[in-house]
Amino acid sequence: MSKIPLQFRHNGRDVAIFVDGGTNLLVALRELIGDMTPKFGCGQGGCGTCSVLIDGELHLSCLTLAETVAGRSIETLDGMKQGPNLHPLQRAFADNFAAQCGYCTPGMLMAAKALLDRNPSPTRDEVIEAISGNICRCTGYEPIINAILAAAGGRASA
Amino acid sequence: MAVTVKTFSSATEAAGALSSDRSARYLGGGTLVMRALNEGDVSISTVVRAQDQTLIRIDASGPRITLGAGVTFARVLAERDLAFLHAPARSIGGPAVRNMGTVGGNLFAPNPYGDFAVALLALDATVAMQGGFGSRDIPIEEFLQARDRQAGTLVLSVSCTRPASTEAFRYRKIARIKPKGGSVITLAAHLPISGGRIAGARIALGSMAPTQIRARAAERALEGRSLDTATIAAAASAATEGTSPSDNALGSAWYRREIVGVHLRRLLSGQE
Repeated sequence: MSKIPLQFRHNGRDVAIFVDGGTNLLVALRELIGDMTPKFGCGQGGCGTCSVLIDGELHLSCLTLAETVAGRSIETLDGMKQGPNLHPLQRAFADNFAAQCGYCTPGMLMAAKALLDRNPSPTRDEVIEAISGNICRCTGYEPIINAILAAAGGRASA
Repeated sequence: MAVTVKTFSSATEAAGALSSDRSARYLGGGTLVMRALNEGDVSISTVVRAQDQTLIRIDASGPRITLGAGVTFARVLAERDLAFLHAPARSIGGPAVRNMGTVGGNLFAPNPYGDFAVALLALDATVAMQGGFGSRDIPIEEFLQARDRQAGTLVLSVSCTRPASTEAFRYRKIARIKPKGGSVITLAAHLPISGGRIAGARIALGSMAPTQIRARAAERALEGRSLDTATIAAAASAATEGTSPSDNALGSAWYRREIVGVHLRRLLSGQE
């Protein structure tokens, strides 16, 4: 079966790859582009660790057919840091001990970024809602919620 | 295993491709079909897509609303004129799933999913479908009962009449995990009032049978009556009639039968 050529923007850089029919975006990012930040968790849309932004909107890369992102802009955790500096959300996650095993962290950060890009001063309930599709089995969520609120607070006062 | 992806510019062409190939599945938001592919479902060898603007159209200005099959739950939530559908749309998934999952796809979502279809069933929605040989409209109840045989047809849109008031349409999803979780049971009630009495009661249940079903005995208990305590009690005690829930990780069949009347009573009496 022939491969399908696919071009899209990956963290601000144009990429061109060849995918098999039916390849999901997560596999395309990890195996064909080498961006290991989105993780494979459940493959069913239940865990959220593969979350990426497609044209600024939060999507699950494992449930996205790769060829549907042709010409679109994909943001992953790999593009979040600002040069040598951590993004304020990453810094807040570190300061608030919001990562333990770390497996959910890429998805949590993308879900948090999707929220703050749209709503820079969310309430606690809005933060809980924003990460409701992301499962963490270590932290009990509280440090993650606190980190996102701290990042939003820092951003508001900056 | 690689699959063949066929992308069409019109829904009609996509429907033709779907009807001529038993192993073809239509890809909407991806939350069902991509999941099946990720799980290694070898029954799917062709994925059909359509980039047809009619599939993502929302017509919510008049008394009768129409949602294209490809409309996502996030778009339903962004539409002020669709406020009566916000509770069911919000009850589905997390933000990412709501950005992807579609109204049309939800009609095919098996238990413990398919909550939006429960709401549409209570609203007596009509499903517009396109087969290989033309299109037709069928009542959602008929669609759901024959869902397993609908694979070769493409859902184009769903339409329903807007409830007369916010009181007339009620929705409740019982989940163990909040704010996001699969349905233990899902209930929706449409209670049009005419001259102080209920006329055309519809009660729809999710996770109480292999597909979403109407609770006809509860509807009969409500029909022609005012929504008082005795009527609500009669409807609640009839809620299990005709149901055939099963056991899953979220709840047992026994538990579902035990709680469905309790939650129907709370829904009808307006309790949180």
